[in-house]
Amino acid sequence: MKPVYIAGDNIITSLGFSTLDVIRQVEVGKTGFQKYYDRFLTPTSLPLSMIDTDLLTVSFRETLSCRHPEMDENHFTRLEKMFIVSIDDAIKEIKSDLNKADTLLVISSTKGNIDLLEEGKKDSFEPVRIFLWKLADMIGSFFGFVNRPLLISNACISGVLALSTASRMIEAGLYNHVVVAGGDILSEFVISGFLSFQALSPDPCKPFDIKRNGLSLGEGCGTIVLSSKLKNSNAITVSGSAISNDANHISGPSRTGEELAMAIGKALKEADLKHNDISFISAHGTATLYNDEMESKALSISGLQQTPMNSFKGYWGHTLGAAGVIESIATTHSMESNLLITSAGFNEIGVSVPINVISENLHVSVQHCLKIASGFGGCNAAIVFSKND
Amino acid sequence: MQPSFSVKMIDRYNMKKTFFITQSNIIRKHAVTRNDKVEFNNEIFINFASFIKSLYKKEAISYPKFYKMDNLSKLGFLGAEMLFKDNTFFDRYKKEDIGIVIMNSSSSLDTDLAYNETIIDKSNYFPSPSVFVYTLPNILIGEICIRHKIKGENAFIIADQFDPGMIIQSVRLLMDKEHAQVCICGWVEVLGDNFESALFLIEKEKSMNEDYTGEVLLPFTVECLTKLYQNN
Repeated sequence: MKPVYIAGDNIITSLGFSTLDVIRQVEVGKTGFQKYYDRFLTPTSLPLSMIDTDLLTVSFRETLSCRHPEMDENHFTRLEKMFIVSIDDAIKEIKSDLNKADTLLVISSTKGNIDLLEEGKKDSFEPVRIFLWKLADMIGSFFGFVNRPLLISNACISGVLALSTASRMIEAGLYNHVVVAGGDILSEFVISGFLSFQALSPDPCKPFDIKRNGLSLGEGCGTIVLSSKLKNSNAITVSGSAISNDANHISGPSRTGEELAMAIGKALKEADLKHNDISFISAHGTATLYNDEMESKALSISGLQQTPMNSFKGYWGHTLGAAGVIESIATTHSMESNLLITSAGFNEIGVSVPINVISENLHVSVQHCLKIASGFGGCNAAIVFSKND
Repeated sequence: MQPSFSVKMIDRYNMKKTFFITQSNIIRKHAVTRNDKVEFNNEIFINFASFIKSLYKKEAISYPKFYKMDNLSKLGFLGAEMLFKDNTFFDRYKKEDIGIVIMNSSSSLDTDLAYNETIIDKSNYFPSPSVFVYTLPNILIGEICIRHKIKGENAFIIADQFDPGMIIQSVRLLMDKEHAQVCICGWVEVLGDNFESALFLIEKEKSMNEDYTGEVLLPFTVECLTKLYQNN
């Protein structure tokens, strides 16, 4: 397989505006939740991981003044600003010219500018801005990418699916570089919907823990630059990926975990690896009862129950269309530093199949890692990252 | 067998390996076309709800879950059902080898607007989980998978218009490298009473298809997708 390298990245969450800023916080166990209260939404307060609007405005102005001093900042939505700041940071160290025909931008988002449906925001932007393809076009044209961007919206696997699609495009020789950016904001629309599902935890989420009681939502945006030519210092590659569907229920995961296990098996096979080659797994780990149970079964079927694993959602919540991208970046960062990160919120195992949830930061040599994700619509995704030093 | 139109097309495109459009259907307000032939003309269009109900009845499908689906899922579900009709399809492929790639322009906006109605008026606030779950476009793919226990690759892509080049690129990414042996692909768009569905079954071997016996088989090219899409 033609190698697909990671050439640059960025994470934006409540914990910071660059990969290093965020990872430094996570390494010392800092989480990004704040209590949020809206009397229309919920009788009690909710922990949410929100991106600070003032900090976003400052960062966006900086990007704008460098790239497009002639533009008005009010021309961009909150989510577009997040994407632009994230992509700008991820590509700034890249020496190659990305504004050529051999580069594609892939955007992953579940709900895009859905907040524009809210009263008071509706009239600030033209109606077409609600469309996801328009979101992608706004971001693509800001950076001057030659090819029209590709927008993937496939529930909570969107980010991993975008990375999988992008790496396959490079492997097929369609592009030399693909910039993959995932992002979602928290709106009344999304929060009320998850509340109506009774899926939200009253306290910061506790993935795989016996006391887990639902997910916590977070805002996030992340960018990974994949390339056939450029590489980061450890030459980390995407070595395999696969997608599957449970064919069981539109809003509940598989009872057996077989289908996620099937995606894991296919991804490992493509990477030409066995289960014991994997040193670390970044799970989806939403902290809902059913998701975590299903994932533990899938890992067990795959022979991965002893492999150290975590969920990064205990740090910044479930960031929806960003989750697969930012959790993959955190994973590759663990590969670079050989430091596996504690699964925040975890104390005592609460799934029926024993798995190895990381309860204390762990220094080990890491060669290959697995990132998995699952979402509404029964979709599952698995992607393998390998170090080529 | 005599060299057909399709064989010449294949030579002309000189692709590494040509795949075939072995089933197709286009569903629009005024007509439903199956394999490039008009299945029926719909002279009086009242609204989406009555249209889709009459199509469901015409296709003689019995699947109670259909009534719980949102409009996008209903339309795409019926399009997919029509691809599988009169076909030995499910005997020929493993469920994990069937890929689904669907695109549209407005994602799940049709249902997003319906859900938004339930939260916008604070004096009449009743967010519903059964509506909210359909505010993701790939739920349509999930519904098709549940119906036929399809467990292969999925992708939902948002583009501003029917884009045959993008359909081909996405499907070939799956089929060239054996991520899928066969694909259901195309365009399913619903926004209010404006809707359109164009779905295609893509297979590697033309000889597999029985439904087209004696007819011109279409290679999986931009020209053929465009022709099928426009001939309605």
